[in-house]
Amino acid sequence: MTVTELVSYEDALAVYDPVMGLEVHVELGTTTKMFCGCSTALGAEANAQTCPTCLGLPGSLPVVNETGVESAIKIGLALNCEIAEWCRFARKNYFYPDMPKNFQTSQYDEPIAFNGYLDVEIDGGEVFRVEIERAHMEEDTGKSTHIGGATGRIHGAQHSLLDYNRAGIPLIEIVTKPIEGAGDRAPEVAKAYVAELRELIKALGVSEARMEMGQMRCDVNLSLRPHGADKFGTRSETKNVNSLRSVERAARFEVQRQAAVLGGGGTVIQETRHFHEEDGSTTPGRVKEEAEDYRYFPEPDLVPVAPSREWVEELRGTLPELPRVRRTRLREEWGISAHEMQSVLNAGAIDLITATIDAGADAASARKWWMGELARRANEDGVDLASLPITPVQVARVCALVAEGSLNDKLARQVIEGVLAGEGDPDAVVQARGLQVVSDEGALGAAVDEAIAGNAAIADKIRGGKVAAAGALVGAVMKATRGQADAARVRELILEKLGVQG
Amino acid sequence: MADLTKFTASGIAEKIASGEVTAVEVTEAHLARIEAVDEKVHAFLHVDREGALAQARAVDDKRARGEELGPLAGVPLALKDIFTTKGIPTTVGSKILEGWIPPYDATLVTRLKDADVVILGKTNMDEFAMGSSTENSAYGPTNNPWDLTRIPGGSGGGSSASLASFQAALAIGTDTGGSIRQPAAVTGTVGVKPTYGGVSRYGMVAFSSSLDQGGPCARTVLDAALLHEVIAGHDPLDSTSIDAPVPPVVEAARNGSVRGMRIGVVKEFSGEGYQAGVVQRFNESVELLRELGAEVVELSCPSFDKALAAYYLIAPSECSSNLARFDGLRYGLRVGDDGSRSAEDVTALTRAEGFGAEVKRRIMLGTYALSSGYYDAYYGSAQKVRTLITQDFQRAFEQVDVLVSPTTPTTAFPIGERVDDPMAMYLADLCTIPANLAGNAAMSLPCGLAPEDGLPVGLQIIAPALADDRLYKVGAAVEAAFVDKWGHPLLEEAQSL
Repeated sequence: MTVTELVSYEDALAVYDPVMGLEVHVELGTTTKMFCGCSTALGAEANAQTCPTCLGLPGSLPVVNETGVESAIKIGLALNCEIAEWCRFARKNYFYPDMPKNFQTSQYDEPIAFNGYLDVEIDGGEVFRVEIERAHMEEDTGKSTHIGGATGRIHGAQHSLLDYNRAGIPLIEIVTKPIEGAGDRAPEVAKAYVAELRELIKALGVSEARMEMGQMRCDVNLSLRPHGADKFGTRSETKNVNSLRSVERAARFEVQRQAAVLGGGGTVIQETRHFHEEDGSTTPGRVKEEAEDYRYFPEPDLVPVAPSREWVEELRGTLPELPRVRRTRLREEWGISAHEMQSVLNAGAIDLITATIDAGADAASARKWWMGELARRANEDGVDLASLPITPVQVARVCALVAEGSLNDKLARQVIEGVLAGEGDPDAVVQARGLQVVSDEGALGAAVDEAIAGNAAIADKIRGGKVAAAGALVGAVMKATRGQADAARVRELILEKLGVQG
Repeated sequence: MADLTKFTASGIAEKIASGEVTAVEVTEAHLARIEAVDEKVHAFLHVDREGALAQARAVDDKRARGEELGPLAGVPLALKDIFTTKGIPTTVGSKILEGWIPPYDATLVTRLKDADVVILGKTNMDEFAMGSSTENSAYGPTNNPWDLTRIPGGSGGGSSASLASFQAALAIGTDTGGSIRQPAAVTGTVGVKPTYGGVSRYGMVAFSSSLDQGGPCARTVLDAALLHEVIAGHDPLDSTSIDAPVPPVVEAARNGSVRGMRIGVVKEFSGEGYQAGVVQRFNESVELLRELGAEVVELSCPSFDKALAAYYLIAPSECSSNLARFDGLRYGLRVGDDGSRSAEDVTALTRAEGFGAEVKRRIMLGTYALSSGYYDAYYGSAQKVRTLITQDFQRAFEQVDVLVSPTTPTTAFPIGERVDDPMAMYLADLCTIPANLAGNAAMSLPCGLAPEDGLPVGLQIIAPALADDRLYKVGAAVEAAFVDKWGHPLLEEAQSL
């Protein structure tokens, strides 16, 4: 890895404006591939989900997956794009062993969707509009595993293993127009854009858009130009930046690196760069001696895609409430700040909280459990909130038990722990673990009497007006009842019995 | 018993259906014929003796069970080696696919099997269907049964020669610029290029996707129609296949007539380069059409003069992309993989050895024509010419029902004569290419022997897209009139091998 001198981010921004272009590939969640009937399910044995078409065998032909086109149109509409009345696929010709035909079936100058925008919110609630150039359909490549090379890249490998299960999975590539004017917030805008796009894709139900699974991949193109200049600088293209945090870091690094290059009198080279998670740096990819010529031409094996206006309007009618609109609505309904909403979004808790509320919980309680106890557990276990083995309905039931006084918070945490441990529904856990607030006044009264009798000195202090000392007696009662009493009620009883006003 | 190889396909099917002969007897007769003459002709690259006999037995069993047989059940067919056949080698006439056994059947093959047509084997062809003489096959040339020193046409020379030498009653060809019609013309047989999209391309190894079209080859117009009906029709696996009923080709072939039809003669299909005997037979054919009650109209299609140039940009462009997959990594030939070389080097060595000169020439032409900075001037302009040619056809078909022309400017030329002169070779497809560029249907059928060399001349009929039945209506009438005039089918004048 080459050591790169960086200038500080602040110094870079004092001289230059960053201009970005973001290219995001989204793997669609269709059940079959883009041009054949093979399954897209993950986790199959290598090459088990292939056929003559996605292996590119001689004589095979592609047929367009209608659901793929439908998903592309939905994405286009949600991004406020125009939808082409007639467009074609094109062949992008280049040679790579994980591409069975040695051309990728893609779209070139006739994308299915074009000229749109996506409004994204950056910290503090400021809205930034990112213009969309185009969204087009294409197919994914297979996967190469290079054995024996130092870096896992093909260069220097002894041999390579090819898995074509991914070959032909539908992709939508979404390309922004140059993002200008974000200034020092450019990296933040990049991250917010990718985050918003991911929310949008998920809301549309066209992909799970899980970046860690490669279902959504981002290329960050960035250049710098001196303040006041019109002309864009030369850009670098950082490929496969695959988490939100990495998008921000990659953009930030490139600002600092390019500023250093330019500041030292050098020129930025237009090149592909790789991003490194470990230290947030980028390094140049293999240098190409000449510009790649993809020799695009219209794909003669496929007929043009001509979505009728009726169909497009029908699809527009099925679009769900878009994420930013929905977040604004929920924020108001839940009565929380923009910052708190951002935390909920970042935790991936919006749908879970909404579902918990739908199951009967109040907003505050639902948010409290998901963002508190459960978020902590997910974090500890290193999993998504949504993949914890507890459902919104179960959380709602816990909220209900607390609300009716059957559980206090401490007991409720134990119930949740039981549910997560696979002990069944909240009621079953309550039953099995014997977790009930002691609300039997007789039993509670006896426990209070016992505590007063056993702590005569403290009882006297309380009688003497030191009400704050009641805490010690409450503690004793709670201990005696193994935490199953309602602490507030215990305090009332103590004060009552000692004849003191609380 | 009469020689079973001399009957028409429909005749054979009738004999099998009536029980006069068994399908096994028919297949055995053809296998014996192949055994006897193919050493001289070299029509086949692969004979599937066992598979053919098994299919024939299945037909006989079906009949024994009293099941109804299709109109071509038990008829032996020669399949151009460009269609994938599950478990049977498919080489496309190229070394690069040597040893490849496809894991799947082409849609056309499935349809043949479903119709109980017996597939005898795979026929020779110019490598990747690029050529007009079958000399570009990596497996050696095929010889014209009329004169073994001459070419049988190409690219489908194996299929046409198998028919002309009575090794098969039916054959399948593919036509990108004339590869069904030109071989039919020079062997005195019938060949039809259906409307583009009429016959599925799934499992047909691509040369030029927007031009390639599989079609029937036979010794009579009716046989071609029967085969056409079996292989045509919409295929959900080929999105360029037409989702419409197959035109009534068999009915048309059974009711040949040109009475009251308007038939166009295109001025551009004449002049320099046309052999005198070809022109003479063509003019006689036009006269015959008049006698049969057609009105003959001369018209002009000015853009046809640019068809050859446009074709030699579009077809190579598409082929340069279609053939990119032959890299030695997944199937077929692999050269130089000794553990020390990179994948890139192995691919380069494989292609250097696996592709023949003509294929390399076209890949290079196409790669150049599509490259950045040249695309508009070459591929782009060629597409514009293609549109103009389509418009010429549209205007012509506003005036006439079909067009006629010689199929080829000359009769079969001697093997070796044009191998070093690609331009001369390309001219063999001068008259056939426009129909491919426009996607129209076209047929070639025999119209006599050229007086100067005694070799067959083909008459081409061109119909609008989706009007394939017109070819058969006109073709059947012309065929009947000629056979009447000659007193026998033309092929009876071929030498006996």
